[in-house]
Amino acid sequence: MEPLLDIRGVRKVYPKPGGGELLVLDDINLRVQEGEILGLLGRTGSGKSTLLRLISGLAQAAGGSINYLGRAVEGPAPGIAMVFQSFALFPWLTVLENVELGLEALGLPANEIRRRSLAAIDLIGLDGFESAYPRELSGGMRQRVGFARALVVHPNILLMDEPFSALDVLTAETLRTDFLDLWSEGQLPIKGVILVTHNIEEAVLMCDRILIFSSSPGRIISEIRVTLPHPRHRLDPRFRELVEQIYVAMTTQPTGQWRASRSEHFPGLGIGSVLPQVSTNRLSGLLETVAGAPYNGKADLPIIASTLQKEVDDLFPIAETLQMLRFAEIGGGDIRLTDAGTAFADADMDERKRLFRRHLLGYVPLAQHVRRVLDERASHTAPKSRFLDELEDYMTPEAAEQTLRAVIEWGRYAEAFAYDDELATFSLENPA
Amino acid sequence: MTYPPPPISVEKGATRILTFWNVVAALLVLGFLVFLAEASRGVEQTLAELRATPVSLDPTNLPNYAARTSLRMLAAMLVSLLFTFTYATWAAKSRRAEVLLIPLLDILQSVPILGFLSVTVVFFMSLAPGKVLGAEFAAIFAIFTSQAWNMAFSFYQSLRTVPEELAEASRGFGLSGWMRFWRLEVPFAMPPLVWNMMVSMSGGWFFVVASEAISVGDTTVTLPGIGSYIALAIEQRDLGAVGWAILAMLIVILIYDQVLFRPLVAWADHFRFEQEAGVAPPHSWVLTMLRRSWLGNLLEGLLGRALRWSFLAVPKIHNSGRSMKQDSRWIDLAWYTAAATIAALAFWRVATFISAGVSISDLKDAVLSGLVTMARVFVLIAIASAIWVPVGVWIGLRPGMAGIAQPIAQFLAAFPANLLFPIVVSAIVALRLNPDIWLSPLMILGTQWYILFNVVAGASTLPSELRNVGTNLRVQGWLWWRKIALPAIAPFYMTGAITASGGSWNASIVAEVASWGNTHLEAKGLGAYIARATEAGDYHRIVLGIVVMSGFVIIINRAFWRPLYQYAERKFKLS
Repeated sequence: MEPLLDIRGVRKVYPKPGGGELLVLDDINLRVQEGEILGLLGRTGSGKSTLLRLISGLAQAAGGSINYLGRAVEGPAPGIAMVFQSFALFPWLTVLENVELGLEALGLPANEIRRRSLAAIDLIGLDGFESAYPRELSGGMRQRVGFARALVVHPNILLMDEPFSALDVLTAETLRTDFLDLWSEGQLPIKGVILVTHNIEEAVLMCDRILIFSSSPGRIISEIRVTLPHPRHRLDPRFRELVEQIYVAMTTQPTGQWRASRSEHFPGLGIGSVLPQVSTNRLSGLLETVAGAPYNGKADLPIIASTLQKEVDDLFPIAETLQMLRFAEIGGGDIRLTDAGTAFADADMDERKRLFRRHLLGYVPLAQHVRRVLDERASHTAPKSRFLDELEDYMTPEAAEQTLRAVIEWGRYAEAFAYDDELATFSLENPA
Repeated sequence: MTYPPPPISVEKGATRILTFWNVVAALLVLGFLVFLAEASRGVEQTLAELRATPVSLDPTNLPNYAARTSLRMLAAMLVSLLFTFTYATWAAKSRRAEVLLIPLLDILQSVPILGFLSVTVVFFMSLAPGKVLGAEFAAIFAIFTSQAWNMAFSFYQSLRTVPEELAEASRGFGLSGWMRFWRLEVPFAMPPLVWNMMVSMSGGWFFVVASEAISVGDTTVTLPGIGSYIALAIEQRDLGAVGWAILAMLIVILIYDQVLFRPLVAWADHFRFEQEAGVAPPHSWVLTMLRRSWLGNLLEGLLGRALRWSFLAVPKIHNSGRSMKQDSRWIDLAWYTAAATIAALAFWRVATFISAGVSISDLKDAVLSGLVTMARVFVLIAIASAIWVPVGVWIGLRPGMAGIAQPIAQFLAAFPANLLFPIVVSAIVALRLNPDIWLSPLMILGTQWYILFNVVAGASTLPSELRNVGTNLRVQGWLWWRKIALPAIAPFYMTGAITASGGSWNASIVAEVASWGNTHLEAKGLGAYIARATEAGDYHRIVLGIVVMSGFVIIINRAFWRPLYQYAERKFKLS
């Protein structure tokens, strides 16, 4: 059977400001078959949303081919519709008008537009809200409009870009269940779905097949089939097993430059690695949680995640930062505190700062570098731009800004250096 | 008059044919049509006929004059809108056009409004020789130049900040460029545009005298209107007539506010991008009435249908936003070369034109006058700030007061300086005051209100938590101003001060020269320089004055206001 969508060897690069290119997606191969929900699972920066934009024709690939029903995708293709994370509703159009928009663009006759829109609104459970404006609706209702607007054009493939991540837990669950009910009853006019998510349980709950992405650059590192029948239950042992399996895949597989080198046992990561912006409060919070009962220094990541109600995107950066600072080790879906990590959890505030400072300057090359530059200069000050320029050789300007912000926060907490945002200058002096 | 198609329950209203609102709406629309016909009849007159029936101070003529003036304003507003939709769209969509059009707009904004009139009036008169129409064109053009630039800027900025996700959604669903323009870009730009239209209207009123009683060298035309009426009243020292003029203006501005701007503001409110249910959306009885009547529904339906028809009719050119990739370097090169050549040519023409009739000492004179005016503007802004910042904060922290103060300030901003000539001139003569100092307040008469507007707006956005913290910690007196109030309003104040500064330069042309009957007073300054040159029909000095003034305004904006604004924005923005 011919696949709905056939992607071979797709690459995507972004130009860097100083010249050169930054690889975001590398050698992506995937196929979507009729009747399938395909999940793309990965961290922020793994390029999965970018891939969705390539498929929808909103962006162009740098290499490889994307074929939809045997034809190359070169622009927004009829038959591929998207549901956006932030809903992307037009605030000045009513629910009905929002849904009608895509059909108007197709140039259909007015009565046909009206009939199909009302049918889609009916299907998605928005009856009675036709003349409401988006601002009058709750988040869940807004996303229903997003679904109706995508479904009304009768697409073959529905692209979903983290459609439930802006909703609260209960609302998201209702929407997922409603969607799955309609899907398994065959009521939806679609043949295949691609769901981008960073929520592991959501992927297991909804997808028939899950592709796990590594980050910078995004690559497919693992493929997991989910054969559990619908409706699936989170407490089903087979469900838990799949979740665990994905955690293991995501924590043991190399994902990205600094993770790749870390597999050789605590690597020297260069100053060119993107650092996540994780606040020191969260670092101490996770350390304390893992150190305390019932974990006593070693915890299962999925369990921690569900107790703390955190998703991959919240939890992983914290755990990875702890690993980078050598307060913890991650592997096989577990997090284990090092001796220093345990000491940190037990220490008082001053002692914590001392410990943090030692580890920050010892194991984070960028922090080391900032400190060394400040020490070497006679004035003991350095402009922010000096480091930004350096970082931008390795990463996008946004990533460079974020990385520097992360180091600034850690450096401030450790009292390793000071930073004046007004003057955009690093220094060694804190106001007396 | 919303253009989206009516909700599905249209038929309900159609069963009741005659309601109170229907009758009122029908009367309003018919009245408007008759008014259009009446007021435009005069345009076909010849200039000779116009001179045969000069403007008279009889107050019974005022309704007619008011109608003519407001129609002129309306025409200018329509032209400004047309300009906005084309010029700003072009600048926002084309990278090449942008590099040229935006600085050009910046300069146009700094050229004194009356400068445009002085140099173009002959051209417009020649379009319809011997007819009133030509002079009407010139007057409308003058009003247009006081309205268009900030509207175009606002629209351009909106187009550049259309939310990415909506742009993606419209591309994803295959909206054509035309459809995207009307469904996404115009609605998104509407609320700030409407606000700028209101500001523009006030600007137009401020210069109403100068744009109607045209007097450039030998060309003198007095178009029937409130502006000419005021001019005549001042010439004949008729205080009663000045009073009637003020009353007529007040009524016209009120009608404009109720019939045009209130409905527009209320209507534009649902294009606000913020999705939260807002605090008490603005109301307008006119809009409510139109919405409830079959006439309004009919118009709305027709507009909606016309728009949807145009979506089908306009060919679908694939519009992927700003096209960057396909741009070839050669076209770039050709374009920039052409632009540079034209600029060089223009520079050479201006230089030769000015140098033909102007000596170095003239230039020195103009620059010195400019420095005097500059000193005046800065001192006035400082004084106005010292007065209006505390008042604005006081009002802004009391929501009830803000609602009352806003329309009053709006009216005062529209108040032409000429109307104060009788008082100011008499006072200066009677008390033997120095006109160099005491004429100055006229310059800031209309523009100080922008400081007040913006400070009020800024103070009313101060989150109540911050105010509560202040009260809780017993922060009072000067400390309260320094740490809480002033930082919170700083970015807003800057916006107001920039507008006020630019406007004061513009106003200097009418404010540095004042007369009451045959008493003429003049303050030294660039405004007086241009006004004198205009009266004498000395085109070389007019152009020189305009060039020098634009130069001053641009340099002050770039070197002083913009850095200050960016600083305030960065440091004090509450986000």
